[in-house]
Amino acid sequence: MTMPQTTLVSHIVEEILRTSYGRLLAYLSSRTGDLSGAEDALSEAFYQALTHWTTQGIPTQPEAWLLKVARNRLLDDFRHQKVQTSALSTLLRLTEEAQNAVSQDIFPDERLKLLFMCAHPAIDPSIRTPLLLQTVLGFDAVRIASFFLVAPTTMGQRLVRAKTKIRDAKIPLEIPEREELPERLESVLEAIYAVYGQAWNDITSADSGRHGLAEEALWLARLMVRLLPEEPEPKGLLALVLYCHARHTTRRSPAGEFIPLSEQDTTLWSGSHIAEAETLLLQASSVGKMGRFQLEAAIQSAHMVGRSAEHSHAESIVRLYDALLQVAPTLGAVVGRTAALAAWQGAVVGIQTLDTLDPALMKIYQPYWALRAYLLKECRRDEEARIAYDRAIGLTEDDSVRRFLLTQRPETTY
Amino acid sequence: MQYALIIYEKTETFTNRQGENAEVYWGAWTAYLGALQEAGVLQGGQALQPPTMATTVRLSDGKRLVQDGPYADTKEQLGGLFVLELPSLDEALQWAARCPAASDGAVEVRPLLLTPPRND
Repeated sequence: MTMPQTTLVSHIVEEILRTSYGRLLAYLSSRTGDLSGAEDALSEAFYQALTHWTTQGIPTQPEAWLLKVARNRLLDDFRHQKVQTSALSTLLRLTEEAQNAVSQDIFPDERLKLLFMCAHPAIDPSIRTPLLLQTVLGFDAVRIASFFLVAPTTMGQRLVRAKTKIRDAKIPLEIPEREELPERLESVLEAIYAVYGQAWNDITSADSGRHGLAEEALWLARLMVRLLPEEPEPKGLLALVLYCHARHTTRRSPAGEFIPLSEQDTTLWSGSHIAEAETLLLQASSVGKMGRFQLEAAIQSAHMVGRSAEHSHAESIVRLYDALLQVAPTLGAVVGRTAALAAWQGAVVGIQTLDTLDPALMKIYQPYWALRAYLLKECRRDEEARIAYDRAIGLTEDDSVRRFLLTQRPETTY
Repeated sequence: MQYALIIYEKTETFTNRQGENAEVYWGAWTAYLGALQEAGVLQGGQALQPPTMATTVRLSDGKRLVQDGPYADTKEQLGGLFVLELPSLDEALQWAARCPAASDGAVEVRPLLLTPPRND
């Protein structure tokens, strides 16, 4: 069976979009100083590629072809706006230079600058990950909106606003100085981890086999490891994502029922993912600079080793969470620590700890209620457990989790 | 801001309100309603009887046209609505995603029209 030409072309374009969009965008915008203009020119180039390549065949150097079309589009815009000649000549020179670079395969990879720009402290944290998906991977606002549960028009406006800020505040397209690097790097890694966080929630797309967000997160984490090979934290992030991804297929039964970690078939976990994660974590820790992502990866490692070992690693997990809370105090870490503490010292201690947390913060935090419900049921405090289960059921988005919790909720006794 | 969460359920889902699936169906809805109340965002709302109970009336050129059944014969049917008080559309979409109907039908979110337009 031969694949229809248009399908083949759109597959190739999709692949080039993923691997080259960010590189081309970083290249163009760093030289013109205009991110939005470069984005428009590039999307025009990718659009033209779809039709042109179908009839004329795939060029031998697709990136050079795309760059040329984007350059022409930018030149048209510049002439139209009667931009001063210096910008015009820069643009002419740069594409000549780029054509040579592409043909000699020394095309510079400046995506790291793009990543640092997206996660710049002046950019609102909530828009960093969407911005990254758009500029590095070429996702459109509509697709990003669904991942983040935001109205598409709103997402479009927020992205435009962020780019206006980049332009007006002159947020530079550059790699931060050494002393700034650790903090700035953490923001980039956080933004990439958020890509995986969305993928983890979005279980149905992970099952559907199409390029899911999880693969994009893995790809971005690998990119960071490659671009900053000396730094331990990108390795920590990649290890963390690999550990989680190793068991993403075992979280549901073939019929789509939720399976908690304690019930998962560990033989179905991806051995190659786990082995790669272990190696990365070891490499990272040998640098001797502990950080948030190494700690989170170590927690995942301990959870998964604990599942296959005779005894639980609850005590070491609590210690790791204590260290994590020092550097990254999140609700998730607080609740995760309490779950580990309860596994180590019993449900009563777990409930006592939950009682010390700020109720206002936990009001609509589903994992808190799911843990509370479980621990209350363990203590046979069924009346309170039912209330907590109801909160956990009412706050979940996931239908299989909802159904699972409904089966766990203690029966009403009359 | 006040937002309406307009609930659309699949036609076959309405049958889960009774019989063997009723416990799961009502368990999910009761929990969701409870979560809305506990979060202090619920302003009001009503559930509707199944679309088979509907009667539709039209006046066309002064002629009365009365039909059994709902206004539109679609796969998903109006099942009810909630009115929520929330700071922004973002939070409304979060609550819409948590609604049991979002997994199975659809939830439309619309801001309420609070002040009627005036011509002065």
